[in-house]
Amino acid sequence: MNEVKAGTWVEVEKILLTPEQRAPQVPEDTRHTPYVMRVAGFLTADSLYGTEVTIKTLSGRMVTGNLKVIHPHYTHSFGDTVEELLTIGIGGEI
Amino acid sequence: MTRDNSYQAVMARKNEIMKSSMGLDYETYRQGELAFDYERMMNDCGFTLEDIIRIQSETKVGNTPMFELHNLTAAVRKISAPGKGARIFVKDEAANASGSFKARRASISAYVAAQKGYKGVIAATSGNYGAAVASQAAQRGLKCIIVQEVFDSKGIGQPEIVEKGRKCEAFGAEVIKLSVGPELFYYLLLTLEETGFFNASLYTPFGIKGVESLGYELTNQIRSMTGKDPDAVMITHAGGGNLTGTARGMLAAGCNAQVIACSVDLSGLHMASDRDFNRKSFTTGHTGFGVPFATWPDRTDVPRNAARSMRYMDDYILVNQGEVFYITELLAKLEGIERGPAGNTSLTGAVSLAREMDADKIIVVQETEYTGAGKHHNSQLSFAQKMGIEVRRGNPEEGVNGKSIVIPERLAQVKGHRQDMEKLRLSYLKNAAKQLDPAKWTDIDRAFVAADVKKDLKWLDQALKQI
Repeated sequence: MNEVKAGTWVEVEKILLTPEQRAPQVPEDTRHTPYVMRVAGFLTADSLYGTEVTIKTLSGRMVTGNLKVIHPHYTHSFGDTVEELLTIGIGGEI
Repeated sequence: MTRDNSYQAVMARKNEIMKSSMGLDYETYRQGELAFDYERMMNDCGFTLEDIIRIQSETKVGNTPMFELHNLTAAVRKISAPGKGARIFVKDEAANASGSFKARRASISAYVAAQKGYKGVIAATSGNYGAAVASQAAQRGLKCIIVQEVFDSKGIGQPEIVEKGRKCEAFGAEVIKLSVGPELFYYLLLTLEETGFFNASLYTPFGIKGVESLGYELTNQIRSMTGKDPDAVMITHAGGGNLTGTARGMLAAGCNAQVIACSVDLSGLHMASDRDFNRKSFTTGHTGFGVPFATWPDRTDVPRNAARSMRYMDDYILVNQGEVFYITELLAKLEGIERGPAGNTSLTGAVSLAREMDADKIIVVQETEYTGAGKHHNSQLSFAQKMGIEVRRGNPEEGVNGKSIVIPERLAQVKGHRQDMEKLRLSYLKNAAKQLDPAKWTDIDRAFVAADVKKDLKWLDQALKQI
């Protein structure tokens, strides 16, 4: 079930530091969260989604982590309409 | 043998990792507990300004246009007292290879890394610099890794940060995306150790030398366009490299214009806070970097920071988020160019200052950056609303960071306000005093500290009594 083929572009996630291992100067709200890394790369072997896998990154490093995203991509945009901007610069500035 | 990769153990290996990842031994510049030979460090990298310009021209960096903003200047004059309203110019740094002045900063590091035989480069950055390193590395045939703080504990990334990461990847770089926290530096060290790549830090002499061409170019452009020197140059300020490099380049061209820093005022928000991370609409060029780096430059990823902004800073203007969004929109509508947040911060500062200056004076905004999905101010405001921030028109001074953004209703409400320079200098002294009791400072330390805040020994003696 949910087998992902070797060579697929994926993103893995790894906890680098648990809350207890974090830097001493971290503020209170951040201290309770783990320090997490996400990296994308090509899957090195057929693997199951949600398991520990190894990827080869764009710089050629081998990184292990939990397989979180298949075909990671970008969805950021210009945002929803912000009416507060539309009336700027069409007269009435002065 | 496996290495101890705990936070404490890796941080303890910092100096050794830095030395091998840059081929630069900072110890040789040490003159005292506080002092080091700054000018010798800057000159030892062996590049003249002509060398820098030649190296940069090989990789699509520099020689960017200078535009006079006639319509914005005219609008400012209408709200100014008679005879006031300086001419506003902008240097269109978005024309550099990666879309910002940061290409200048990355260009020399990438050149040096290739010359020294490193296989790749690594940089830790909030974004534009990462894209610049990735773009320069691609052109020099180097591998590239960018280490970037991207998301909060809910996995949500600020749209501008996400866009900057995308751009790094577009140039073929590996982007290591991290959650909120100062441990970014820890992971940078680990990655340098693992790969043996060159540390393309923002704060090496190479990084700062690369920006000198900006100050040099802008001076010559203003001279040829107006027959005069600029009176003031407004520089968006965060880590201090933009200001330091530009000011040094202006001095090399014999230009003594006022060097004015400008940051977005984000007071009240903590930079390492998981909650605050996505409640700010500016990812750099703000006081969260600008003030701490001005008042103690050596808080960075190299032993001695080559970006020492207080050495060159004459004044410091703060603007708020709403004011910058207003000016960004006005730039598009009046001047027909869409540009990103960094340059529009200093543009906002310039608009507020131009009102105080005589109409025959010249103020230069020394950078622009690209904009687009994620970076666009509409994208930022839309995201802010989703994070529960109130967005409205009104008096921008009523905005509360992390709670509301108030966009001016009229140009006359874009005022900015001055940061107290004397307070900043005293804050620097307090930080220096934490390193070593002033009673133990040698004459060399004293001279270094005074020069580091652009003051003399007489001022230092008086100031030390106040801290």
